[in-house]
Order: sequence, then structure tokens, then C-alpha cells
Amino acid sequence: MTNFTGWEARARALFSDNKGPWGAPPGSGGSGGGDEPPVTKGPWGDPPRRRRDSSPAGPATSLDDLLQRGRDRFGGGPGGGGSGFGRRPDGSMIIWGVIGFITLWLLFTSVHSIAPEQRGVVTRFGRYSHTLPPGVGITLPSPIDRVAKIDVENIREITLGSASDETLMLTRDQNIIDIAYQVRWNIRDPELYMFELAQPDETIKQVAESAMRAVIANVTLQGAMGNERGEIEARVAEEMQKTLDFYRSGVVIQGVAVKQADPPAAVNDAFKEVTAAQQEAQSYINQANAYSLQLHQKAQGDATAFDKVYAQYKLSPVVTKRRMYYETMERVLQGVDKTIIEAPGVNSYLPLNELKRSAPVKEPAQ
Amino acid sequence: MTAFIRAHPFLSGFIGFFLLVTLFSSFAIVPETRQGIVVRFGKPVRIINRYTPGQPFGAPGAGIAWRIPFAEDFVWIDKRVRDIDMEKQQVLSTDQLRLEVDAFARYRIVDPLRMYIAAHSEDRVELALKPILGSQLRNELGKRPFASLLSPEREGAMENIRAGLSRVARQYGVEIVDVRIKKADLPDGTPLQSAYARMVTARQQEARSIRAEGAKRAQIIRAEADADAARVYAEAFGKDPKFYDFYRAMQSYQTTFLGDAENKSSPTTVILSPSNDYLREFTGR
Repeated sequence: MTNFTGWEARARALFSDNKGPWGAPPGSGGSGGGDEPPVTKGPWGDPPRRRRDSSPAGPATSLDDLLQRGRDRFGGGPGGGGSGFGRRPDGSMIIWGVIGFITLWLLFTSVHSIAPEQRGVVTRFGRYSHTLPPGVGITLPSPIDRVAKIDVENIREITLGSASDETLMLTRDQNIIDIAYQVRWNIRDPELYMFELAQPDETIKQVAESAMRAVIANVTLQGAMGNERGEIEARVAEEMQKTLDFYRSGVVIQGVAVKQADPPAAVNDAFKEVTAAQQEAQSYINQANAYSLQLHQKAQGDATAFDKVYAQYKLSPVVTKRRMYYETMERVLQGVDKTIIEAPGVNSYLPLNELKRSAPVKEPAQ
Repeated sequence: MTAFIRAHPFLSGFIGFFLLVTLFSSFAIVPETRQGIVVRFGKPVRIINRYTPGQPFGAPGAGIAWRIPFAEDFVWIDKRVRDIDMEKQQVLSTDQLRLEVDAFARYRIVDPLRMYIAAHSEDRVELALKPILGSQLRNELGKRPFASLLSPEREGAMENIRAGLSRVARQYGVEIVDVRIKKADLPDGTPLQSAYARMVTARQQEARSIRAEGAKRAQIIRAEADADAARVYAEAFGKDPKFYDFYRAMQSYQTTFLGDAENKSSPTTVILSPSNDYLREFTGR
């Protein structure tokens, strides 16, 4: 604004300079005649008398006069600030410059291109006027209308809790859970978003924390860590939307994602032990199953083998039995040391030395 | 006038500057987000853009506001919903358990004049309301057992706190929109540690019971397998117990003296009597 008034003043100075070419102030006009009587004869007449008083060097050319006047107006120092503005050709350039500047100013501050994802909220002297849809919107120039472009499509994310520091919450069964989650939201009503809440972003964050806490306080630890996550996310989003609508925040919650729901680090080992126990129990069962399968097969095999032999035995019982007996005895006695004692009462002839000797000798071979 | 400017450049410059300042100080732009009070020599005379519930944006009120320069002053007050963020409070439940509660309240200044007279600025309103919010919270939650502190919304505690705070806030021209609990944690130290200990022991208990359950099921599976095998054997061998006895004895001798596929038997010395059945034919009788 200060800048603007500065330009205004400068422009006014230039326009009053414009009288220069005619060599006289518009004395005939009523505005100038208040303090001094009109001293000039007409628009093309002599230079004003006053000029002669202040510059005693006699009649001045129109250029000198102009310079002098310029000095007067801009503080009067010889060769001072007047040099830039007092001279006519420069003056007209500056006029064009000012006109150009104003045109550009009007152009840039009254034509707004609104991107497809944006809405332009127009305020006229601070009062809400209307909202510009995407495309080119035309408003009054800047000090009057101001346009705030608000991105309504962009989905913003707030991440609460993280892997590094714990966000602990109490569950319904008074256990503690470390939770990290993300809220995605965008703006539905840009004017509500702009005007209704003092700190909309901070509000959304606080509402998210509050809603998550309320929902977690209504589920068990097991539920929060496992199968109820989807339900928690939906309920937090719903709760947040309800609260934010109540605040008239103009915000839509697109979704809540629980990124992490773990037991706190202090008790993590105990939770791992539960997992280990589950694995262990499963391995017990697996081993038992293997045993069961093995035993069953073996029983089946033994029974079948017996059945086969028995079927043959049935055909000629005596012979088969003897045959089996001799065959077995052959095999058994083939590989063992044998001592046959002829008569009863000759125990002292037992080759005990040899027996004792043979045992330690054979032992290492085992 | 031009002549006057020429005669007194400094004076006219000063007058121009003065007029400009006067002009600019006689009006102000009131945005939608603010309400204002015009104060004439310290005495509030009128309210600009006062909050009216349900009023849409763009209503007259915001826009340009005028005042008498130098005599009147604008005091700006936020029109939006603002936030009081309370410090953590320890709440003691009826069953003597402690909970650390972090709450916030949303408020809006609905009577700027009263607020200006009572507190002068938003910050001082917040400063005044914070301890009241804390004490309301402690009083209301202190009436409840710990279990219901975790979700106080269910029992209308938050509504009571809001109502209690509203009674005080009204003196400041403030309306409490909402009170919410942001965090409800166990205080650091003993309460937190004992909660952890409880969680750990609960997990250990769970782990043990899972192991025992697994062992039990394994045992049942083995027993069933044994029973099944016994049934299969009985079915087969029951056909001729005497032959089974002989058959099994033969298998047993072989395994005992020769070993089976897995382990070799230890070296054996057999002392036989000629009267042994196997050596019956030895005597040549």
C-alpha cells in the first residue's frame, strides 16, 4: 500500500508538470486563483511574474523556467532531485511507464488462472465474495478483490506416531499398544477451510489423535494388533469426519491407515515368547503326528507279514514251524561263539579265561 | 491551491501527508476471520462483523469499516474457532489409579465486547480458561473408576466438562465448541512399569498354556496311534495266538542275537547243553 501511495504521489507530480509546455500554470482556472491573483494573460502569454522574482537573472527561457520550477517543487536544491523529473522528454516516458505499470497491474491482479485442482476464494475488501471455479476468472484489481487459490484435490497426509518414538495408547483391556497411523484428507469447502478455524491443520491433527485414542480404548489389544485393524481405521475416519463437520472445517477425511500396531518395546520379548510357544506347540503336534503315522504303518506292515506267513503255515503247520525254527536257529547260532557242554557237572572245564580274554579284545571292534 | 503549494512546499507536503494519514487511518479492511471493536478514547462504542451463528460468509460485516481518525481505535478479535491446548493433567480415579490426561478445547469468541472488557486479548482468555479446563477435567474424571476413564465419551463426561467450562467461559464472551481428550496415558514410572509387568506375565501365562496345550494334543495323538496299532496287531495275531507266540519268538531271537537293521547286537557266547532241543539230533539217537 505504501508503495502504491508513493506511485500515486509521483504520478500526481508528473501530471502537474504537464502544464510545463504551455509555460504557465493554468491561472485562469479557479483552483489556482485562491491565493494569488491571476498573473498571466493567457495560455501562451508571458512566464509568471513570481518566477522573475525568485530568479533575478532576468527573463528566462521556457526550459530554464521549467527547470527552476522543477527544483522548487522537489525541494529547490540546485541540481537536486528535480533533475530526473523536471525535464519534459523523461516525464513523458515516465507517464507511459506509469500507464504501462497500471495496465500490467490491472491485468495481473484482475485475471486469475485457476488450475483444475484449485478453487479461487475471492474476498472484496476482506469480505467473502464468491469462489472461482477452475479456468480463467476475472475479478476487480488487487486492492479491492483478492484471490486466494486453494488446492482442493491434493490429498494431504498427516503421520502420527513413528517407528522411532513410541505413541502409546491404552486399550480396553488396559494393555498398552504402540501405534503409528496416517490420516489422508483434502479440502471440500475452501471458504470454510479459510475462514472457520484458526489453525485448521493443527485441528485435524488433534482431532485425529483424539479419535484414535477413543477408538483404541474400545478394542482389546489382540483386536488392535490383529483382526480389527480395518474396523479401527473406518471408525477413526468416521469419528474424525463427524467432529470436523461439527467444527465446520470444510475438510474431508479420505482415509486413516494404521501403519503399525505393536506391543511397546518393553514387553516385546514376552510377545515374541508367545509366538515361540505357538511354534513349539505346533512342533510337538507335528512330531506326534509323525510318530502316529510311523506306528500305524509299522503295525499294518507287521500284521500283513504275519497274515501272509500264517496263510502258508495253515497249509502245513508242522513242517513250516520246524523249517522256521531251524532257519532261525541257523542264523542265530551262525554268528556267535558256541560252547557245548557234554555232560552235567563239568562246569570247571568252562574256558573262562578265553571268555574273559575274548571280551576285552572284541570290545574296541564294536 | 497550486499557488499555495508553490509558496509553501514544505507546509503543503506536510498537510498532504497528514491528509493521507487521516484518510488511511479512518477506515480498515475487515476480513471474514476477524471481528472488531471500535474504541473511542478507551470506551468501546460499537462492534464490527460480530459472529452470528449460522451466518454464511459474505454477509455485510466484513468489508470496509470506518472510524473517526485519532479518536477511535480498532481492536481486532479472532472470529474463528480457536484452540486451547491444555497441559497434561494427572487424574486420580475412584479406585486410586492415576491417568495422565491431555485434552484440548475448541472455543469461539461470540461476544467480543465482553471478551475485550474481561480479558483484552485472546491469549489472556486462553490463559484464564486453561486452569479451569484442567480442574473441570480432574473433577469430572475423578468421579469415575479407572476402566471408564479410558473412554469417557461413552458416559457423557466430555459433555459435562464442556458445560462446566462453558459456564466460566461465558463471563469472557466465549463459547466452548467442544472438549476432547487427546491422550490418556499411564504416568511414567511405577504405573507404567506395573502395567508392563502385567502385560509380560499375561504373555508368559499365555505362552505356557500354549505349550501345555500343544503337549497335550501331542500326547493324545501318540496314545491314539498306540491304540490303533494295538488294535491292528490284535486283529491279525488273534487268529492263532499259539502260532503268534512261536512266530514272534523266532523274530525275537533273531533280533536279540543278530540285531536288526538299526543296531548290531553285542557279541554273544552261547553255551548249549546237548539236551537242547536244537541239538536233539546231535546225540544220534
